[in-house]
Amino acid sequence: MSIILLGPLATGGKKLPLYSSRVPAGFPSPAADHIEKHISLDELFDIRAPHVYLVRIDGDSMQGAGIYSGDMVIVDRSIEAVSGDIVIAALNSEPFCKRLLLRENAVMLLSENPKYPARHVMEGDELVIWGVVKYSVRDHDHA
Amino acid sequence: MTMREPVFALIDCNSFYASCERVFRPDLAKTPIVVLSNNDGCVIARSYDAKPFVKMGQPYFQIKDHLRRHGIVAFSSNYALYGDMSERVMTIIESMVPALEIYSIDEAFADLTGMPGDLSALGRHMRSTLLKRAGIPVGVGIARTKTLAKLANHTAKRLLDITGGVVDLCDPFKRDWTLRNTDVGEVWGVGRRMKAHLETMGIKTAMDLAKADPWMLRQKFSVVIEKTARELAGTSCLELGEADPPKQEICCSRMFGNRLTQIEPIKEAVATYTQRAAEKLRAQNSLCKKIRVSIRTGMFNPEEAKYANGALVELPYPTNDVRLMTKAATEAVNRLFRPGYKYSKAEVLLMDLRQPGEFTDDLFAQSQPAMADKVMGVLDEINGRWGKGVLRVASVPTAPGWAMRRELMSQSYTTKLDQLWTVSAR
Repeated sequence: MSIILLGPLATGGKKLPLYSSRVPAGFPSPAADHIEKHISLDELFDIRAPHVYLVRIDGDSMQGAGIYSGDMVIVDRSIEAVSGDIVIAALNSEPFCKRLLLRENAVMLLSENPKYPARHVMEGDELVIWGVVKYSVRDHDHA
Repeated sequence: MTMREPVFALIDCNSFYASCERVFRPDLAKTPIVVLSNNDGCVIARSYDAKPFVKMGQPYFQIKDHLRRHGIVAFSSNYALYGDMSERVMTIIESMVPALEIYSIDEAFADLTGMPGDLSALGRHMRSTLLKRAGIPVGVGIARTKTLAKLANHTAKRLLDITGGVVDLCDPFKRDWTLRNTDVGEVWGVGRRMKAHLETMGIKTAMDLAKADPWMLRQKFSVVIEKTARELAGTSCLELGEADPPKQEICCSRMFGNRLTQIEPIKEAVATYTQRAAEKLRAQNSLCKKIRVSIRTGMFNPEEAKYANGALVELPYPTNDVRLMTKAATEAVNRLFRPGYKYSKAEVLLMDLRQPGEFTDDLFAQSQPAMADKVMGVLDEINGRWGKGVLRVASVPTAPGWAMRRELMSQSYTTKLDQLWTVSAR
C-alpha cells in the first residue's frame, strides 16, 4: 500500500497543504515549490453547510455497515433519502439510525447486525426521515 | 428602460426558540413547549400549541404546576443552539434570494425584485426547504413594500390553514382585502399608544391608515408613521437595511444565580461581564474610554435591605484591552461594595466609544500601546478557534458559583462535540 504523508491534522478548519511528492527527511523540502492546493476535512464532509449535522451513535445495530457505538456520523438534511440509504429517522417520535428499504408495497428499517430483526413500517406507524448519513467518524485511539 | 417594481419578502420563523428545541427532540413534536428567560425567570417563547395555556412574561415559579398539569415542557434558554440554528436558517435563505437583510434572530427581509415566475411558489419552496433542511417552520409574506410584506407574513400565520404559511399581496385585490381585514394595531411599527391616537381619528383598520393623508400624519405624529402609511398604500419607502452603525454603548448585565454577600464573587462576576463586553467592543472594532460599573440588591423583596450604586471609571486612554478594563472595573467594585447586603445583579456598561484613530482629546493624549493590540488580537483568535473563555483574565472563573440558573437547558447539540445529539442504533 502506498501512503502519501499529508502532515499533522489541525483542528478548527485550518487548511493543510497537500504535497504532490514525498518529502525526503533531512533536506530542505523540494516539495515546497509544488504545493498545489489545500485539503480540509471540513470541506470533504461539507461540515459548514447549513444542512449538515453531526450526530453521535449509541448502540451496535449498524456494526455491519461499519458504524459502531460512540461513532460520529455526518448527516445531510438536504437530500431526499432513497432505498438503501442509512438514515436518521424518527419512528413514532423515537429517533433511530437504520438502513432504509423502500419496496413496492413495504417500507422497512433494517439493522446491520443479525441480533436485530428488520422493522416493518406499518399503517399507523409514523416515520419521519430526519436526514441521510453520508460519512462516519471513529476514534481508533479511544474506541 | 422601465423601473422594475420592487418586491420584498419577509421570512419569519414560527415560535423560533421552541422550534429549535424540537429539532433534536422528535418526541416533542406534538408536545407544547415554553422557553424561559435568563435565570429561568419568566416565559419568553411559546410553541404554537402552548399559546392557549401560557401568557408571555409569566413568571416560571408561578406557573410550574400549571405547566405540569397541561403537559407543557419548559426549557431554559439555550442561546448557543438558537444562534446556530438561526445562522443555518439565514444561510439557507441567502442561497435562494438575491439579497437578504437579517432583521432579528428569527426574521429576515429578502429583496425579490426582478425574480421571474410565481413568487408564491418560491415562497412555498423556501418554506419546505427550511422545514426539511433546518427543521424550522416559517411563514413567508411577499409584497411591494416591507411594511406590506410584514403584513402578508402576519396574515400567512394568522390564517395558516388557508394560506399554507405563504401569502403574496402583490395582487392589489388581495392587498386591499387584507388591509380592510387587519386591525391598525397589527401594522408593523404601530405601537399601543399610536393605535389609540389613530383610533380617535377614526383610523381603525390598516386600510384606513393606507388612505390617511401622509402629510397630516407627518405633522401630527412623525415621518416614521407617514412612511408606514405610504408603504401600506404600496409605495416602497424602506429599502433593505444596511449594516447597523457601531453601537454607542455596550452593556453586559445579568442577575446572579443566587444572592451574593461577599465581595470576591461579585468581583468575579464583574470581571466576567467585562470580558464579555470587551469581546463585543473588539468585535465592532471600537475602543472605550469610560466604564460604568453598578451593583444592586434585589429591589422587590420587602424583607431585604435595599442598596444600589454605580461608579464611573475613566480609563487612561481609549482601549479595548481586557486586562486594563478588568482592573478598572473590579477596582470600582471595591468602591461600591458595602457589607451586609444581599446582592442580586451587576452591570458593566462601556461608554464613550470611539473608532481607533478617531480624533481624541489632544495631540499628546496617550493611546493604547501597539503591544496591547497584538495581545488582544491573539486572544480573540485563540478564543475564536478553541472556544469562548479558553484564554481569559485570571479573575474570571470557569465554573462560578454565582452563574445563572439554567436548570432546564437542553444540550449544545450543534456547537459542542461532547454534547452532540445521540441517536440510538439498537
